Amino acid sequence: MLLSIRNLSKSFPGTLALDDVDFELRAGEVHALLGENGAGKSTLIKCLTGAYRRDSGEIRLEGNPISPASTSEAQELGIGTVYQEVNLLPNLTVAQNLTFGREPRRFGLVDGRAQRKMAQEMLSGYNLDIDVGRDLGAYSVAIQQIVAIARAVALSGKVLILDEPTASLDAAEVRMLFDVVRDLRDQGLGIVFVSHFLDQVFEICDRLTVLRNGRKITTEVVADLDRLTLIEHMLGRELEEATEHEAAQKDPHSRSRPELLRFEGIGRDGVVEPFDMTVHKGEVIGLAGLLGSGRTESAELMFGVRASQGGRTRDADGPVAHGNPREAIQSGFGFAPEDRKTDGIVADLSVRENIILALQAHRGWTRPIPRSEQNRLADEYIAKLDIRTSDAEKAIGDLSGGNQQKVVLARWLAMNPRFLILDEPTRGIDVGAHAEILRLIHEMTGQGMAVLVISSEFDELIAVADRVIVLRDRRHTGELSGSDVTSDAIVREIARDDADPRTQRGAA
Amino acid sequence: MTINPRLYPLLATIGIFIAAYIVCWIQFPYMLSTRVAGNLLTDNAYLGIVAVGMTLVILSGGIDLSVGSVIAFSGVFIAVLLRETGLHPLVVFVLLLGVTTAFGAAMGGVIHVLGMPAFIVTLAGMFLARGASYMLTIDSVPIQHPFYELLKDAYWLMPGKGRLTLIGIVMLLSVAVGAVVAHRTRFGASVFALGGGERTARLMGVRVGATTVGIYAFSGFMAGVSGIVFSIYTGSGYPLATVGTELTAIAAVVIGGTLLTGGAGYVLGTLFGVLTMGLIQTYIVFDGSLSSWWTKIVIGILLLLFILLQRGLVRATAVRA
Repeated sequence: MLLSIRNLSKSFPGTLALDDVDFELRAGEVHALLGENGAGKSTLIKCLTGAYRRDSGEIRLEGNPISPASTSEAQELGIGTVYQEVNLLPNLTVAQNLTFGREPRRFGLVDGRAQRKMAQEMLSGYNLDIDVGRDLGAYSVAIQQIVAIARAVALSGKVLILDEPTASLDAAEVRMLFDVVRDLRDQGLGIVFVSHFLDQVFEICDRLTVLRNGRKITTEVVADLDRLTLIEHMLGRELEEATEHEAAQKDPHSRSRPELLRFEGIGRDGVVEPFDMTVHKGEVIGLAGLLGSGRTESAELMFGVRASQGGRTRDADGPVAHGNPREAIQSGFGFAPEDRKTDGIVADLSVRENIILALQAHRGWTRPIPRSEQNRLADEYIAKLDIRTSDAEKAIGDLSGGNQQKVVLARWLAMNPRFLILDEPTRGIDVGAHAEILRLIHEMTGQGMAVLVISSEFDELIAVADRVIVLRDRRHTGELSGSDVTSDAIVREIARDDADPRTQRGAA
Repeated sequence: MTINPRLYPLLATIGIFIAAYIVCWIQFPYMLSTRVAGNLLTDNAYLGIVAVGMTLVILSGGIDLSVGSVIAFSGVFIAVLLRETGLHPLVVFVLLLGVTTAFGAAMGGVIHVLGMPAFIVTLAGMFLARGASYMLTIDSVPIQHPFYELLKDAYWLMPGKGRLTLIGIVMLLSVAVGAVVAHRTRFGASVFALGGGERTARLMGVRVGATTVGIYAFSGFMAGVSGIVFSIYTGSGYPLATVGTELTAIAAVVIGGTLLTGGAGYVLGTLFGVLTMGLIQTYIVFDGSLSSWWTKIVIGILLLLFILLQRGLVRATAVRA
C-alpha cells in the first residue's frame, strides 16, 4: 500500500470536518475522491498536503508514519498536488516554474542553460512541444496544468493529487490531460483524482472513495459500480431528484403563452451573428452548443455586457433598453455569469451585501435600502434557498461554491426580474445543490419569470428547459421544443452539416 | 529566430533611448561624445543606484516611498558625523549602510508581519527618515575631508576626454549587481514569484517573509549607497535634498519597462530608463532656450506611453491564451 490513512479526524470550531476517515491508495492506480461540497474532500487533501494539521489518526506513506507540517514538507515526502486554478506563476518562464526552488547553479548563480535543459528533461514524456523559455502565461490552461503536473511529479514522485484539474478544460484538453494521467499511473504513481464530473471519474479512475458529511461511506472498484448507486452513496438518500429530471414537465405550448420580450437582430461582428429571440412569460429557454459556440456571448449581448450592433428589443409596451448592464437591470433583466468567482460575487462583501446588490442598483443609489429591510431580505433568502452560512454577515468568499451560487440567485430573486439569464448555473456545484437549483428555476418560472439557461450539460437542459436553442459557430442554428428536447436531438443539431469545414474547426 | 515576448518592453526602452540619442545627435552632433556620455552617468548616478533597489521592490509587487528621504538622511548623517567625530569616511559609510539596510529590513518586516500595504509602511518610513535628518541638522552641512576630495576627483579618462567618474562606475556596478541578484539568484526568482502572486509563491515554496525583508533591506542598502554617491556629488548634506526622488525613481523603473504591478521586468531596463530621463535633461541644457519643466512634461509623456505599451502587451498575451 502506497498511502494509507487510518482514523483521521479534523474539526473546526462548530464542525467536525473529518470523522474517523480511512483511505488507501495503491501505487499504479487512479483513485477518485468523491463527495458533495462540504463532504470533507478538501479537508482530507489539506491534511495530506500539510496545509492543515490533523487532530488525530495516522497517515502512512510506504509504511512510514508521516505528518507533514507544510506543503513543501509534503512535497519532499513525495506528495504533490495540482489544483484547479493552476498554482504556478504565469509571469515566470516555463523553465523557471518547473525548476523553481532547485534551480541548477554554477558558482552560486542560476545557470540559465542548464535550467532550460533540466526543464526540457522534466517535460520529456509528456508529449508537449513547447518553448520552455517562454512565459508560462503564454500557454493554454491545459498546458499549464500539465506543466504543473510535471513539476509536482518531479518534486514528489510518489503520490499525485489532482484537485478538480479538468474544471476549466474543454473536451480535447481533457483527453490530453488524461493521456498524461494514464502514463503516470502506468509508471507506478498513486493518483488521487477529485472531480465533480462523474463521466470523467468513470473514464479514468480504477477505484473511488465516497465521503459524506466528513465520514467515509465506501471504497469501490469503479468497473463494478453503476452511476445511480454512486450518486446514492454521495447523496445518502434514494435519489429521486436525479431521476426526476428526466420526467420534468415540459410545456410544448410554452410559445403560446403571452409574449414577454422580443429580441430582433441582436448581434455583433466576430461575437455572435445577429439573432432573433422571443421570450414568453414563465418559460425556460435553454441555450446549447459547444465551448466557444457563442452561448455566453449571446447572453452578454442580451444583458448589455457587450453592446449589440443594431437590432432592437421590445415588449408589450414598446422598446426595451439594454445597452449596458445598468439599463438591462432597469429593464428588469438579471444575469448570473458563468465565472462566479470573478464576475458573480464580490468576495469580500457579506452575504447580505451580495444579496441586495442588484436590488440597490435597480432602485438607484439615491434611495438606499434601509438596513432593517436588508436584514429581512437576507434572512428571507438564506432560509428560502437554504444557503448554508453561519450568518448573513459572513464574507461570501468563505462559502462553498454551491452556496455562493445560491446567493447570486438570491440577489436576482430579490430584485424580481422578469427575464433572468443563468450562465452555467450548476458548474462546480455538488449533486445535491444541483438538484436544488434546478428546483428553484422551476419555482421562479411558476411565478411568471422567464429564465434563459446556458449549460454544457445537456441532461440539465433537458431537465429544465421548455425549449432549447442550439448554437453553432457563433450562430443560432436551430431550436427544439417539447418532446423533441432530447440529448440525441441536441447532439444531432450541433453536429448537423458536418461537411462544412468551418463547423469542424469550430467543434475541434 | 523569434524574439521572446517578455523582452518586448526592454527592447522598447532601449529603442526609445537610441532613437532619442539619434535625435539629439542630429541637432547637436557634440552630444555623441564620451564627455556627454560621462556626464550623463555622473549626473544620474545617485538616481540610477536608487532605481536599481526600486526595481527589485516593484518587481515583487511592492513600492518603496522612503528612498528619497533616506538619501537625504544619508547625506546629513555623513556630513554631521564627519564634522562631529574624527571617524574616517569609510567607517562612516559602513555605519550608514548598516543603518539604512536595517531601516529597509524593518519596513519589510512590518509589511510582512502586519500584512500592511507597502505604500503605507514606506510612506511612514519616508516621514521618519526625513524627520530624522532634521533632527541631525536643519542646515546644509558642507563636507570637508581630504578623502572626499579624492573620491570626487577619481575618474577614468575615456578616449575622447570623457570622464567616467567613480560615482558613475559605482552606478554601473550597482546595475550589474542588481541584474545578477534579480535574474541569476534564487532570491531574485523569489522576488519575481512574489510579484506574480503571493499565495502561489507561497505554495511554490517561497519564504515570503524572508524574501520581503530581503527586498526592502536591499532597497534600503541601495538608498544608502545612493546617499553616499549624492554626498560625493554635492559635497554636502542637506535635510531638504532629494525631495520626490522616490517618484523619479519609480518613473525610471516604469520607463525601463518593468511592470508597475510586479512580476515582469529587467534591471538593465531601469538603467536605460534613468539614462533616457537624463538625456532629456541634457538636451534641454544644450538647447538653452527651453524651460527645465520640459523634462517633466516629456517624462510624463514617456510614462504614459509605457503604461499604454504594457496594457497593450498584457492584452495581447491575454488574447492569445
